[in-house]
Amino acid sequence: MRQVAIYGKGGIGKSTTTQNLTAGLGEMGKKIMIVGCDPKADSTRLVLGGLAQKTVLDTLREEGEDIELETVLKEGYAGIKGVESGGPEPGVGCAGRGIITSIGLLERLGAYEEDLDYVFYDVLGDVVCGGFAMPIREGKAREIYIVCSGEMMALYAANNISKGISKYANTGGVRLGGLICNSRKVDGEAELVSAVAKEIGTQMIHFVPRDNAVQKAEINKKTVIDFSPDEPQADEYRTLARKIDGNDMFVVPKPMSIDRLEEILMEHGILD
Amino acid sequence: MLDLTPKTVKERSALRVNPCKTCQPVGAMYAALGVKGCMPHSHGSQGCCSYHRTVLSRHFKEPAIASSSSFTEGASVFGGRSNISTAAKNIFDMYDPDIIAVHTTCLSETIGDDLGSYIMDMDIPEGKIVVHANTPSYVGSHINGFFNMMMGFMNYLTKKTGTNNGKTAVFPGWVNPGDIRELKRIAGLMNVPTTFFPDQSGVLDAPMTGKYDMYPEGGTTAEEIQGLGDSEGVIALGEIIGAEPAELLKKKWKTPYTLLPMPVGVTYTDQYVLALRRQSKTEVPAELEAERGRLVDLLLDSHQYTYQKNVAIFGDPDVVIGLTSFALEMGMTPKYVITGTPKGEFTRRIEALFAKYGVTGCTAKANADLFELHQWIKNEPVDLLIGSTYGKQIARSEDIPFLRAGFPVLDRYGGPLQPIVGYAGAIRLVEQITNVLLDRFDRDVSDEDFEIVL
Repeated sequence: MRQVAIYGKGGIGKSTTTQNLTAGLGEMGKKIMIVGCDPKADSTRLVLGGLAQKTVLDTLREEGEDIELETVLKEGYAGIKGVESGGPEPGVGCAGRGIITSIGLLERLGAYEEDLDYVFYDVLGDVVCGGFAMPIREGKAREIYIVCSGEMMALYAANNISKGISKYANTGGVRLGGLICNSRKVDGEAELVSAVAKEIGTQMIHFVPRDNAVQKAEINKKTVIDFSPDEPQADEYRTLARKIDGNDMFVVPKPMSIDRLEEILMEHGILD
Repeated sequence: MLDLTPKTVKERSALRVNPCKTCQPVGAMYAALGVKGCMPHSHGSQGCCSYHRTVLSRHFKEPAIASSSSFTEGASVFGGRSNISTAAKNIFDMYDPDIIAVHTTCLSETIGDDLGSYIMDMDIPEGKIVVHANTPSYVGSHINGFFNMMMGFMNYLTKKTGTNNGKTAVFPGWVNPGDIRELKRIAGLMNVPTTFFPDQSGVLDAPMTGKYDMYPEGGTTAEEIQGLGDSEGVIALGEIIGAEPAELLKKKWKTPYTLLPMPVGVTYTDQYVLALRRQSKTEVPAELEAERGRLVDLLLDSHQYTYQKNVAIFGDPDVVIGLTSFALEMGMTPKYVITGTPKGEFTRRIEALFAKYGVTGCTAKANADLFELHQWIKNEPVDLLIGSTYGKQIARSEDIPFLRAGFPVLDRYGGPLQPIVGYAGAIRLVEQITNVLLDRFDRDVSDEDFEIVL
């Protein structure tokens, strides 16, 4: 079982990319579970066709600790299983603690004992507190992909997340598998992201072009592969899935200093 | 006393008044004190540690050692890594334990401190050990803390060499040192070589020698814990507290286990004895059979005073299951049976006992509190209340005979030295129960019925 965590700047398209990518893996016949670690609970919407299930934390709050796995774990497109941690509304409570509770509970309920090929963790934004690092602690997720674009703040976040990964690399054994560029149509985007990837010691595993097909599928609560399997964009996600399935480049990232990051951005003309 | 408790019971979903449980770390601390040369360490602010030590000291009337990571505001923001590294260094330098058993607190749990990796990065002196368990108090109760700490030790220490060490591991669960001595005596009579884990006998009932020893003679050794995976089998006592540790060992090392209720009363002690017999494959010695016979004799003699008496029992799940079974054996009706620990399994076990003995009109509830128990008693009174010291106010306000049993007993002496398990423990319980019932009878009876012989 490969356990994969997807990190990246808020709003960069982690959930969209994760679900479209897992749809590609699902199409290849892989058995997959997605664990949404975002209080918004929208990490499995496209795979399950809507906000289908109750979140782990809502269930825990309403029903106490005697929870059945079936209440929180639902199956969707290509047999992909989805579970949402859930969490508090913005401005209250402690979302990080929610993730710790929720992953602990899933382990106790035996969600991981199924015959799975992949577990994907879709994690909220930047690594902000101990709770959000839960998926890469204690040997859970061994590989991480960072979703980014050629925009400065996305790369800044990617560099920051690399710092978090290098912290857990020695003890948790977690490695960076690559950057996924979710294009924002910035000039020289692929070259820039590749250069940043190279500098922190990894690769740009795939360049996902910007395409309206994604938006259309999303409005219909589906992944691209499910909604419009013949679109070129569906093939892009299939390629990403194949690349991740065959990936053998796992590194301890070497995060850059801010000065160095700005230098690279200058070289690629972003700070003109 | 408790005059404002209303008689009308209202459904409450969140509020607990006079809870029937305490924090996870209290259990973790108690479990860790049952390991030889071990310093329990509280990873959090100092107040947590002080409170947990106090609870244990007040019950056992013994010092309960523990150290603290002494979190400040800084640690809450930046995480407790530097606190725990400095603490470990200082503790090994100053107090020289063999093992530090770290448990977490609400604060460190909410920060999300990754103790596994902090400990991996520590400079631990040669031959010393640091283990940890996650014990957020907002989950479960002190019972969870106890078995989580047991599993912490087992996760870090157990190994499998492939050679069976010929021993049977006994998980006694949360009992007093006096109970552990009794369980060991029975295992000895049955000729079964055992490892008790954890084992607070000799620690929290250490004899007065005139000299303070921070690490008294008792406790399971690190080597014994390492060997648990190599044992012949596991007898886990306490169906609620023992299930997860026994399952862990089975999962990890394929060590088979027998999960039994806490051996309180005739049936449950028989089950313990039979489980031991399966290990030793010898007959039950005459000495033990005679002991059982004396208990049955006593039950017959005293039956007229216990038969159909209504009793309310509260406390930790396994001790309450044991006491309920024994109360039924004594012919009593366990009218209200509650625990504060949120485990649905508890209610199922108690209801199965009600069904087995065909008693009706009885209520069992987990995740309950003493306020509700008091309300029930106000509506339909009982003849006897059994539980921790926290029942004394209900007993006084409703004028009910009260027997202290379980944890914590803060206002009486000598209890932790004596057993309630085994045939001997049951004989002690019959004596105590009939004493409080007959004292009440003598107090209330009219002069012309005041008898010398009962």
